[in-house]
Amino acid sequence: MTPLVEVHGLRFRYDDGTAALNGVDFHLNAGETVALLGPNGSGKTTFVLHLNGLLRGQGRVSVSGLTVEPKNIPAIRRKVGIVFQDSESQLFMPTVLEDVAFGLLNRGLDSVTARGRASAALETVGMSAAAARAPYHLSAGEKKRVAIAGIIAMEPEVLVLDEPTASLDPPGQRSLAGLVADLPQAKILVTHDVPFALALCQRAVFFQAGRIAAEGPVEEMVCRFDWHFAFERSKSPR
Amino acid sequence: MARFLKSCYGGKAVHIPDGFLSTPVWAALDTAAVPAVAWVARRAQRGFDDRQAPLLGLMGAFVFAAQLINFPVGAGTSGHLVGAALLAFTLGPAAASVVMTAILGIQALVFQDGGLLALGANIVNMALVGVLAGYLPYRLGGAGEWRRFSIFAGASLSVVVAGCLALSELLISGVRMQTSLLGISLAVFLVSAILEGVITLAVVRSLERIQPTLLQDSPPHKSPALLFIAVAAVLLASVGVLFASQAPDAIEQLTEHAGPRSFGWLRQAGTGLAGLALIYGLCLAIGRTVSRNRSV
Amino acid sequence: MRHVILERWSRGESCVHRRDPRAKIVALITFLAVVATAHRALAWLAPGLLLLLLAGLVLAKLPLTGALVRAALVVPFTGVFALICWFAGEPALGLRLLAKSYLSALAVIWVVATTPLPALLNGFEMTGVPRFLLVVCQFLYRYLFVISEEAQHMSKAAAARGTAARNWTAPGPSFRAAAGALGVLFARSYARAGDIHRAMLARGFDGRFLQLHSENFRPADTAFALVASLAPVAVRLTVERVVG
Repeated sequence: MTPLVEVHGLRFRYDDGTAALNGVDFHLNAGETVALLGPNGSGKTTFVLHLNGLLRGQGRVSVSGLTVEPKNIPAIRRKVGIVFQDSESQLFMPTVLEDVAFGLLNRGLDSVTARGRASAALETVGMSAAAARAPYHLSAGEKKRVAIAGIIAMEPEVLVLDEPTASLDPPGQRSLAGLVADLPQAKILVTHDVPFALALCQRAVFFQAGRIAAEGPVEEMVCRFDWHFAFERSKSPR
Repeated sequence: MARFLKSCYGGKAVHIPDGFLSTPVWAALDTAAVPAVAWVARRAQRGFDDRQAPLLGLMGAFVFAAQLINFPVGAGTSGHLVGAALLAFTLGPAAASVVMTAILGIQALVFQDGGLLALGANIVNMALVGVLAGYLPYRLGGAGEWRRFSIFAGASLSVVVAGCLALSELLISGVRMQTSLLGISLAVFLVSAILEGVITLAVVRSLERIQPTLLQDSPPHKSPALLFIAVAAVLLASVGVLFASQAPDAIEQLTEHAGPRSFGWLRQAGTGLAGLALIYGLCLAIGRTVSRNRSV
Repeated sequence: MRHVILERWSRGESCVHRRDPRAKIVALITFLAVVATAHRALAWLAPGLLLLLLAGLVLAKLPLTGALVRAALVVPFTGVFALICWFAGEPALGLRLLAKSYLSALAVIWVVATTPLPALLNGFEMTGVPRFLLVVCQFLYRYLFVISEEAQHMSKAAAARGTAARNWTAPGPSFRAAAGALGVLFARSYARAGDIHRAMLARGFDGRFLQLHSENFRPADTAFALVASLAPVAVRLTVERVVG
């Protein structure tokens, strides 16, 4: 079976000359949930932006058989949904329902269908009651849920969540984990949150300096890179 | 009184609300603005594809917000940016006109700042003529040793020209103004213009430090003579239009018989509008040659 | 920010809110033209038109005092001219200008407070305004919130470091500091705007804002446009016949 997402030898340099990706090989199978771990600035977010053509580097990226290139971009953006780290950047329509329907209307759905699918997506994330509210009046956790609704409403085949638990309180993180676990899509989770990754992912990929340093079961990656938040008392954390 | 005037003039004088302009004036300017904006929008769209619309929107929002920030100028007074010239320097004249039109439109609709029927007048004054008048000196001297002067001159010129046009339109519409008041207004424009120049220069320099590629390139010119002639010509033309539209008998006739029976006002308004059309055409022609040169 | 209140009003529910934006634009333009071309008997006409607008505000279930106060935002500029006319020995002209611009502003508020801005801009698009201009308007309006948020963050950060927060808006800091602050504000907003735009592209944005509400011009809209445009004309004709 061919993987849903396949990446070969991906390299990318920013305009200012900083090399962000130095040859990344990656695959994601249907129904799989993979965690992207690694230090800040190691290229995780840059990598993810290549999956739907928001950034274009050298190398090959394909999603369910379609190569990421200009003529395929609308189709690719339908297949890959990215929930960005900063919900504020994603929610910009005046009401929650309109925001969730934004991508559906762009896909060419008529307003009745779009409204129905947007309401269904809000139902899935448990935010139906907020449909008529303004996004900027919601709490951080609620904003995240609405942002996820805006993506799953488009029924992507691959769901990418960039730091989904950042800025959520512990109960918020827990309930978000429950929500994400129930979504049927193949998922890529970019995260620093080890318990979250442990709970949801079968496999982890560890980024270092723009390439994949290692991959394997989440526990193994966490042990190998000493990748957890436990601080020891009276010793300065390193 | 002068300060009170200034607070309303500095930037806002140029925002004419509804109810001030006589019908022929607003109607003529609205009619002139419609094809001009359509043309400018098409031009800008060619240079900036749809995906760059956010950048234009951002610049617009930035200028909009910058207008709200007070710049201390000593003696307890402060001024603020108008921004037409700043937009022209960063986006080029066509896109700057579109963004300025967008700013004026949003201000008229959402902030009750400037009228909706008078929108055509405000667009012509600030978004079309003001932007071009601001861009001209930058175009002629933006590279080379006169760069700072041309940035200053462009910003100042855009305010003087827009202010003079607005005042002329009010005078043609029959708003009475004594010569002494006209003098005060001109002085106020001059102060606002110098302020605009200094603020724009300061903002341009701080923007350049942060985002050096943001400013438009202008071709190198050897002689600054053309720059000075152009600045002086535009200045003279706009003040000329102002005084032409101030002939006292015109105002007399306008206020006394504003009905359709008297044709005096029509002739006077015609003269004033011809002056406006002249300067507008001049700027348009300059803009067109400039952009043609650029595309070669 | 001040305009948030209009945004909230525009989300209300009334027979005026439900009408097609084009119908309201037509009515608005007629009203403005009636006001702008009025010369005779303004002393009677102005109260008549004001009553008409008040009826419109009541029909749209908008808070009367709030709307009346907002429309007064035009007064500072108009007031100066009224004063100038007063000094020039023409108090009547001054009052006329004041009345006309106030009525016009109130009419604009009536429309903007019953139509969400995206819908209004969509209405303008269908009346032939260039789409590129309107897309720029949409982004401008959206980024205005972004920039004002960034400005608030910056002034908070400045306050935390001991610089008085009021310095951003009141005289005090040096000229350079204000220009520098604008530069930083720009850089931060530029980055934020880039993020927002990327998120829009990721959801298939292709340069046009689409509406969730269907924009069919129904018979009710035609009727509304007719009634709302004829009303000010009727008021003016009646006043001019009776008084003039």
